[in-house]
Amino acid sequence: MMGNSEGFISRELAVRTLLQERGEELVVIGLGSPVWDCTSAGDHPLSFPLWGAMGSAAMVGLGLAIAQPDRRVIVVTGDGEMLMGLGSLATIGAQKTENLAIAVLDNERYGETGMQHTHTAHGVNLAEMAAAAGFSETIQARDEEALTRAVQMVRFGKGPVFAALKVAGAKSSLVLPPRDGVVLKTRFREALLGPDAVKE
Amino acid sequence: MNAQGNSETSPEWPTEIHEIFRSSGIRQVAYVPDSGHAELIRLCHADPGIVCLPLTSEEEGVGLLAGAWLGGQRGALLMQSSGVGNCVNLFSLAVNCRFPLLILVTMRGEWGEFNPAQVPMGRAVRPVIEQMGGTVHRADEPDAVKPTVEAAVKLAFNTSRFVAVTLGQKLIGAKSFSVK
Repeated sequence: MMGNSEGFISRELAVRTLLQERGEELVVIGLGSPVWDCTSAGDHPLSFPLWGAMGSAAMVGLGLAIAQPDRRVIVVTGDGEMLMGLGSLATIGAQKTENLAIAVLDNERYGETGMQHTHTAHGVNLAEMAAAAGFSETIQARDEEALTRAVQMVRFGKGPVFAALKVAGAKSSLVLPPRDGVVLKTRFREALLGPDAVKE
Repeated sequence: MNAQGNSETSPEWPTEIHEIFRSSGIRQVAYVPDSGHAELIRLCHADPGIVCLPLTSEEEGVGLLAGAWLGGQRGALLMQSSGVGNCVNLFSLAVNCRFPLLILVTMRGEWGEFNPAQVPMGRAVRPVIEQMGGTVHRADEPDAVKPTVEAAVKLAFNTSRFVAVTLGQKLIGAKSFSVK
């Protein structure tokens, strides 16, 4: 199943394509492999990686998107993390937040705990669930052509946008961002809000 | 002014909490509804300066308010006592990153409760929040609500801490099931 499987995009290519032309976007990263992947593609003060709080990535993105309506907010997370926060798809769908996009690196596995199947290995379609929840644009990408369209949608589509990127490939190399939550919070606020943010 | 929650006259304290939200710059209010919070929810929805949004489950609000703070906004989370149990692991996000987290909890399972299912979580609210590193302020009388919420707002946002205000069932009034 791993490797160059039919119908799956290289995990490394998916993350690189998603973040390579990154500009002003604010990025929230769900715990586990997506954090190592995104950090490997380049750590950034405007990335907020989660070390825990499984299931919360999409909601952190929503709060940020409401607070910063003129900035694009991209949540990058895994299928297991997204499955734990399915209710947040309904909450976001109801809010119709135009500057929020969610990109799920869907390898159909719990990558940090022994590669057990997630529900998406058994036919659960996250993109269709997001569409049913009221997301404006959704896509499930299984090849490089669809990946290109998905990344355009994530970066520029009218939100809320949801892209499930079906990925396979080598286990993520363990490139770690800072682990201290206060450091991650403070560097993000400083980069976004300016030096006075740390005095608040 | 009759401030008893179970009287026919509307109590003042929901209006007072809304005024504190306005004066302290709270811009996002998230909730899973409880009848004790109904008037405050109505006031927040009617306020163009506040984004007031319903959640499917209370723990969503902990993530939401972390994101709000990252983006430079203050928020508050409203829930019934049962919702505290849904949040427990998510409280680790606020505590670990020292996000200010203000939650207002309307209590069930205590003063004059009818429903036995409300009792275990009602009893567990304070110890659970304290075990997770939060501070609990409590109000049982109408006149105590305003100073208690004001103090909680200051502690939460001036010191970047997780602070809960529990609004006692004596204040809210026990839910009536019209049982003789």
